[in-house]
Amino acid sequence: MSNRILEVHDLKTHFPIRAGLLRRQVGSVYAVDGVSLHVDENETLGLVGESGCGKTTLGRTILRLIEPTAGQVIFKGEDVTAVGKERMRDLRKQMQIVFQDPYASLNPRMPVGDIIGEPMIIHGAPRNEADEKVKQLLASVGLMPDHSNRYPHEFSGGQRQRIGIARALALNPTLIILDEPVSALDVSIQAQVLNLLEELQDQFNLSFMFIAHDLSVVRHISDRVVVMYLGKAVEVADRNDVYEKPAHPYTHSLLSAVPIPDPHLEKSRDRIVLQGELPSPASPPSGCRFRTRCPIAQDLCSSEVPPLRELGTNHQVACHFPIAAGDSLINVALGMGREVVTTHSGD
Amino acid sequence: MALLEVKDLKVVFPTDEGLVEAVNEISFELDSGEVLAVVGESGSGKSVSAMAIMRLLPKTARITGHVGFDGQSLLDLPMKGMRRIRGNDIAMIFQDPMTALNPVFKVGAQIAEIILVHRDVSAKQAMSRTIDLLEIVGISEPARRALQYPHEYSGGMRQRAMIAMAIANDPKLLIADEPTTALDVTIQSQVMEAIKAAQDATQAAMLLITHDLGLVAGVADRIQVMYGGRIFESADADGIFYRNRNPYTRGLLASLPRLDARTQDKLYTIPGSPPNLLRMPPGCAFRPRCEFALDICKQEIPGFTTVEEDHVSRCHNIAGLPSLVESPS
Amino acid sequence: MESWTRGSALTEIKVSETALELAIGEEITTEAKSLGRQTWERLLHHRLAVGSGVILILLSISFWVVPNFSPYLFDQVAAGPPRSAPSMSHPFGTDPIGRDLMVRTFTGGQYSIRIAALVAITTTLIGAVIGAISGFFGRWVDASLSWITNMVLVIPALVVLLVLALRYGSGPWAIAFIIAALSWPRIARIVRGLFLTFKEQDFVQAARAAGAKPARIMFRHILPNTFGPIMVETTLNVGAAIILESTLSFFSLGVRPPTPTLGNLMEAAKGAIDSRAYELLIPGAIVTLISLCVNFLGDGLRDALDPTTKRSR
Repeated sequence: MSNRILEVHDLKTHFPIRAGLLRRQVGSVYAVDGVSLHVDENETLGLVGESGCGKTTLGRTILRLIEPTAGQVIFKGEDVTAVGKERMRDLRKQMQIVFQDPYASLNPRMPVGDIIGEPMIIHGAPRNEADEKVKQLLASVGLMPDHSNRYPHEFSGGQRQRIGIARALALNPTLIILDEPVSALDVSIQAQVLNLLEELQDQFNLSFMFIAHDLSVVRHISDRVVVMYLGKAVEVADRNDVYEKPAHPYTHSLLSAVPIPDPHLEKSRDRIVLQGELPSPASPPSGCRFRTRCPIAQDLCSSEVPPLRELGTNHQVACHFPIAAGDSLINVALGMGREVVTTHSGD
Repeated sequence: MALLEVKDLKVVFPTDEGLVEAVNEISFELDSGEVLAVVGESGSGKSVSAMAIMRLLPKTARITGHVGFDGQSLLDLPMKGMRRIRGNDIAMIFQDPMTALNPVFKVGAQIAEIILVHRDVSAKQAMSRTIDLLEIVGISEPARRALQYPHEYSGGMRQRAMIAMAIANDPKLLIADEPTTALDVTIQSQVMEAIKAAQDATQAAMLLITHDLGLVAGVADRIQVMYGGRIFESADADGIFYRNRNPYTRGLLASLPRLDARTQDKLYTIPGSPPNLLRMPPGCAFRPRCEFALDICKQEIPGFTTVEEDHVSRCHNIAGLPSLVESPS
Repeated sequence: MESWTRGSALTEIKVSETALELAIGEEITTEAKSLGRQTWERLLHHRLAVGSGVILILLSISFWVVPNFSPYLFDQVAAGPPRSAPSMSHPFGTDPIGRDLMVRTFTGGQYSIRIAALVAITTTLIGAVIGAISGFFGRWVDASLSWITNMVLVIPALVVLLVLALRYGSGPWAIAFIIAALSWPRIARIVRGLFLTFKEQDFVQAARAAGAKPARIMFRHILPNTFGPIMVETTLNVGAAIILESTLSFFSLGVRPPTPTLGNLMEAAKGAIDSRAYELLIPGAIVTLISLCVNFLGDGLRDALDPTTKRSR
């Protein structure tokens, strides 16, 4: 049985909406609204969803860069949400983050060596040890020792992202939260960074939480996948199950929307076009949050919140009417006499 | 004669550090109703060539070559004539819809305005056409939505409103520059659907500029792969995806993770980074990253080799490429 | 104390295959330059800024040198015949009580520049500190400091200046502090905005995730990034201060004679506009030249201090 590194229980992050002269709270944005998940040792958990689903907020709440509203984050048996400042600083050595934007994530006025070395200096490493380690880290992400006295703007996007990865590795962390680490990169550079991440994971025995909107990348890198919609996890399963036996109607529509670089396959696929717009996370729909756009929603869906329940081995879904393995959302909808708007590349 | 004829288009930018050849030896033809996709990474010159055709580049850019559109030579047209063509005969769809929508006017009024400027119709007729257009691009309740402001629209809807605006005057050519890059997948498919519907409704030719090979697979009639300012391979979609004869095209396709891949094998990678346009290597721009490079690649920029009908590739070592084993499914 | 790292610090890391592949072609051929040197080189490329800087330096030197080499003192009465036109011995002529106007003009420039520099430094310090605290700490600190800033900002500056100048203002330093006391809010607001923006930037989040304490984030990460915009604002303030001082003096509320400033020289000359216009035009031209040059220099500094600035024609 593998070692559990991170457990998240019913985590909620709500942002207050303030208005008026007295800045009184008039509502909340339910950015993350009751998410539970776990990450095991040396495992990659993929977290997918569209913008506004709360995946980035979730990642930052786990690291307490944003304070949670409720819930627990258990890191190696310790509740991160309950520890004091000093203990939190200690814990930060073991939980790191890599950001999406390779331009905004490096301080433009610091040389690369200082950027990578800073976490070590903060935690009391002597300068010479830190410098030595910076050289090793540069090498382990495919950069040269000479690069340490250069500034971020002298590097390409892919190189900068590797600098960000080296910084995250500086304190020998156990868990790294990768927040869209390749989505700002060119296709040929994206593959380089993905391969590097996979090798570093084995080399340093890391656990990854890989946040992304690109479902193809997530399938490639993840062991298990969590699909999020409007602040909630709607489906959790092993990677191939999510992609081959999706049970949630949202997962179905998401997968059908991803283009595949294969013209013949593309022309034979029916693409589900979801109707309506993403509701605001400040006033989510009652019951199931996907019901306003779901082609197979029924009365129950608006009155009762579907819990995340076990469907099979390691496969959980939050839907009152999950789609059976092998069936398609279009078929189910047709069986109910509902219409699903689809598009087809062929015509 | 083709609607759009581009011949030996070249764009050079003077900078403090020397001349930058952003685009070189670009030639292609595009007919009505056809979709030509231009695919490339950043710095490949894909957007610059479109901007050059529209003559939207800064004044310092030196553009040479020939751009024939509907019997006129665009590069020789006075600015006034060019402005008449833009937004009328040639319309653009941008990545960021807010560049085209004015936040202080109602969406419907903005579209109707464009119709009124170029056509002799009444305000009422213009408004009813606006509502038709919004319907074409898939905006529900178009009559109500036309009376809303851009900030009341979601990102995907704004993109669709911009598409409606682009086709308001039945353009002959649509240029879409990374139209879905900023959007989520489900919205992306809505918007691509809207673009196709718009193209069907107008029978316009379309130049689709993107970095997304997946997007291109389903919609493009022809695909041009660009690298370092030059077209590296040009063919129909099947030619590019199944019978490509260029190391760069092949590397690009191989390095894409696929949604339908069960295995988690290491991805193929192209080593190195795209070239710095200020320090282009001599010979073939891709040579420093190419595993099939020959000695000649260091000295000579390869010309086009016709590998089959309507399929050309810019490579010295086409014979040295292994044949593709996978057959179209 | 717990070791700074989990496991042993300096075990040799085996470099992975992908990293080795990536390292191919990453050798650097260009020379490493410090950020300071890069900034300097970018500034030298800004022709307008370099020219303005040179003019400012020459002007300042002349403000100190000319009075020293002149045979007259700036307050020496009857250095020549009163109201004489420019001549070899008095190139700018003399005023109604026979003081040499060239010495007075250059000494006036000296005082004006000193006032302006003092205003710029004081304003920047007060504004930057208040703005930084406000933006960095947020919540009630921000709310109260912003309230004070806005209060000062809505005070009709010219009226207050006139009143204060009437009550306290005769010496150049009093004038400088009165101007500074009223012009810091602009900088405070700009710095506050910069801090609010940078606080949310990913590189600051990265420092927080690494365990950096607030002081480190403020001084090492945010503050250096605000230098460029602050510098521009400071130079704009130099120009504004010179003009404001001249305005006050022009209404006889600034520095009192015999101490000359460019402003009170113009004030003294206003009666002579028909007969000896040059008495007004010379100090006026110097004021304009200084504020123009300072603004161009500020533009150049802003571009030079931004490491991402790309040079193009």
